[in-house]
Amino acid sequence: MTGTNANMASDPAIVETQRPLLSVENLRKHFPIKGGLFGRTQAVVQAVDDVSFEIRKGETLGIVGESGSGKSTTARVIMHLFEADAGKVVFDGETVGRGGIAYRELCLNVQMVFQDSYSALNPRMPIGLSIAFGSMAHGVPRKEALDKAAILLSKVGLDPATFANRYSHELSGGQRQRVNIARALALKPRLILLDEAVSALDKSIEAQVLDLLLDLKGELDLTYLFISHDLNVVRYISDRVLVMYLGKVVEVGPVEDVYENPRHPYTRALLSSMPSMDPRNRTMEAPLSGDPPNPINPPSGCRFRTRCRFAETVCGKSSPALTAHSDMNARHAVACHMHDPGSGHSLASQTEAPE
Amino acid sequence: MWFFILRRILYAVPVLLGVSIIVFTLVQLSPGDVVDILIPPEAPEEVADALRKQYGLNEPVYIQYFIWLGHLLQGDLGTSIFSGQPVGGELASALLNTLKLAVPAAILGMTSGIILGSLAAFHNGTWLDRLFSAAAITGVSLPHYWVGIVLVVAFAVIWNVLPGQGMGPDGFPATWEQIRHLILPVFTMSLIPMGVVSRLVRATVLEVIGRDFVTTLHAKGLLNRRVLMHVSKNAAPAVLALMGLQFGYLLGGSVLVETVFNWPGSGNLMVLAVFRRDVPVLSATIVVLAAIFVVINIVVDILQALIDPRLRR
Amino acid sequence: MVSDSENYVAANTSLTVTVTAARRNQGYWGRVWTRLLRDWGTLAAISIIALILLAAIFAPLLATHDPTQGSVLGRLKGFGYNGHILGTDETGRDLYSRLLYGSRLTLITGVLPVLLALIIGGFLGVIAGYFGGLINSLIMRVMDVLYAFPSVLLAIAITGMLGSGVTNTILALTITFVPPLVRISETVTSQTRAMDFIEVARSSGAGSFTIIRFHVLSNILAPVLIYATSLISISIILAAGLSFLGLGVTPPNAEWGLMLNNLRSAIWVNPAIAAFPGLMIFITSMSFNLMSDGLRRAMDLKL
Repeated sequence: MTGTNANMASDPAIVETQRPLLSVENLRKHFPIKGGLFGRTQAVVQAVDDVSFEIRKGETLGIVGESGSGKSTTARVIMHLFEADAGKVVFDGETVGRGGIAYRELCLNVQMVFQDSYSALNPRMPIGLSIAFGSMAHGVPRKEALDKAAILLSKVGLDPATFANRYSHELSGGQRQRVNIARALALKPRLILLDEAVSALDKSIEAQVLDLLLDLKGELDLTYLFISHDLNVVRYISDRVLVMYLGKVVEVGPVEDVYENPRHPYTRALLSSMPSMDPRNRTMEAPLSGDPPNPINPPSGCRFRTRCRFAETVCGKSSPALTAHSDMNARHAVACHMHDPGSGHSLASQTEAPE
Repeated sequence: MWFFILRRILYAVPVLLGVSIIVFTLVQLSPGDVVDILIPPEAPEEVADALRKQYGLNEPVYIQYFIWLGHLLQGDLGTSIFSGQPVGGELASALLNTLKLAVPAAILGMTSGIILGSLAAFHNGTWLDRLFSAAAITGVSLPHYWVGIVLVVAFAVIWNVLPGQGMGPDGFPATWEQIRHLILPVFTMSLIPMGVVSRLVRATVLEVIGRDFVTTLHAKGLLNRRVLMHVSKNAAPAVLALMGLQFGYLLGGSVLVETVFNWPGSGNLMVLAVFRRDVPVLSATIVVLAAIFVVINIVVDILQALIDPRLRR
Repeated sequence: MVSDSENYVAANTSLTVTVTAARRNQGYWGRVWTRLLRDWGTLAAISIIALILLAAIFAPLLATHDPTQGSVLGRLKGFGYNGHILGTDETGRDLYSRLLYGSRLTLITGVLPVLLALIIGGFLGVIAGYFGGLINSLIMRVMDVLYAFPSVLLAIAITGMLGSGVTNTILALTITFVPPLVRISETVTSQTRAMDFIEVARSSGAGSFTIIRFHVLSNILAPVLIYATSLISISIILAAGLSFLGLGVTPPNAEWGLMLNNLRSAIWVNPAIAAFPGLMIFITSMSFNLMSDGLRRAMDLKL
């Protein structure tokens, strides 16, 4: 981590401007469900709905949430694997898509590591070639790309002489995920989206890969978007954390701030469900009950209200906006009527004057 | 479920339209037209033109298609150029004769296929499996029309115990004389479904046996019969789909066997129509057989969905 | 920092080398090859196919007589008659030489349609499976219409309407085999398409064509190829069947199915002779079936 800070300080761009490396504005992705007699759209899954956030250069932003909360879809929309229905993605000050930087150029700057290390590698391709493929697609000659792949393999801790000609089924899960990381590094990206990248690994291997990610980040001046359902891992690796629920952002802020002082009832429930190593520090808050509602027909207003102990009529009427309130750290924002003095929620502090 | 059935039936409409377009296109592409066949080449042009007008052949092609389709939809399959009789009647009796072969051949071939295939699977790796698998691969490799010829040579020529040609007396096969005529062609025809079905049954049953739940059933000490029931329920949809296809192939592919045994079925009618350049008979036979095949597929899909609700997409 | 990661490499590699040192680096096709070399039954089938192929290519050298030269006096004679090893056919032509020459048209009308259908059907199937959506619906619905014809019927419909001959036979059988090949390649392509490595390749900025060439084809090749080889046997039987009906190869060309038809009347005179063309069709189609099964086992695929 010290290495990261040193790099951040030495980067003149960061000192000069506070321009975010990536900003996502009002991103929306809905999936139509077709069916019926003539295959018409029957329903819409609101996977990502009006999501905005920023990632600054050199930081790690963690995204947490239950499965189905839209974490992975967000990453895939940023990576242009899905076309966004609305909203825009701005990379380093330039809008991605029409009138901005081309998608192919974005690929050179943003790369993604997937959860399933096996599925992410072509089983019919030696891993050296899998790593080199991206460079080759961008016009680098095969020989040169393969040489570079060998260097990357040693960078992620795998001996190129042993591994470059192996196939993915001959590797262990941890080794495969190292290959996937090397593959993501091949295009020299500045931002890497890690979609549950360590979730499928054994705990001991997971720690090794996390350390590798931290080392690489310092060495190569990377920025991470780290998606995981594992709260401990997110706390360990992230600078800031973003909590998603049913396609919406419910809370965002510096990681210690959010973990020590969670504002949203969902975040609180999520954190209290975290197993603690300390028996004296028992869970006091009631755990979340039930499954999250179906994203096909999300509840009106605040989407969490059906599982929230504090839900009132106002929660069903309007959707709370993500706001930094005056009693909170300036970089910490929450989308909850309880914290909005003007909302009319009985628990909202009426004394606080709106600014 | 009703929704699924309705959707499946509605889906057949564009398919059948497509079938009619293909057949009509083939008719258009075939060299010469009806008039060329009807009148001698030395006949005066006016006669030919008058006849063309009578048959609607001077209309634009798409109008001709709609006229033809309109007749088809009203059940009018046209008139045979060769006999001058309506095609419908000829085709109906020919189809009936084909069914006399196809139905017993399907029953014989598929039951023996299922028995051979599942026996081979349950005795996987033993000499029985190897023997039955060899029989199955031989069954699918044999040119069945050649087997037919060999059978005729053996039973009709050399030993002279069974008739090798024709159908014998008309009517529902009930008398010994009628059944005697069925034996050789039905056996010949049953070879194809036997080989194909037994190969699929063996593979499917082996796959189902390999699944965890069967191991669990064995571990629970359930009787083999119970296990067999579970296996057959899980293997049924795939086997059923293949059997439907095979029955359709028997109907449409009876041509070769019918030719060998001189059996007056739909295939025979079709081949005769080709050599007589009797286009109305040929096109009607093709359309009707394809339509029957489409119906068989719908029935199979519905049966599959009844057994396995997951297939009701 | 640097020394740290170097230590890491050293520690990690020493660990993995011990685990995997015993294994050779073998790709998928390497393993297929190894398995194939151990399967003597499949090797035998492949050898028979090779022999038939050689006989077809070198027919002019191996033949003892002109395959179209008949003799009024020497009709339907038995084995060894007047230098005719396998006797003569219904117009006195040398059966052995005709069987040799016949293998040419049987192989061409049997194998070529599958090859053409593999190219056309594979292409359409990959396009449909990879791009999905409207393109998929368009291609697959057209195939559904072709599927409405049982295969023999479609082949007869085409040759019956368009006329007999080698070209029309190949055309008819190609059209017959395109739909199943489209279906299988569409299925395996969309299965491959759902794998993460395709998304990985897309996220590296590669174009669809490059991804299909490097990532899709390598993964669908084995199952599609196997399926195509299993069709060859059916195609040979069907092609010979068309000629048998008089809808395929036209006389006086030598083709096994046509020879079978011509010799049909001879079964009353000399049954043994009529058996040969059929036997050859059977041996050839059986060899292709055994080869297909063996390749399937070697490629470790389910039916």
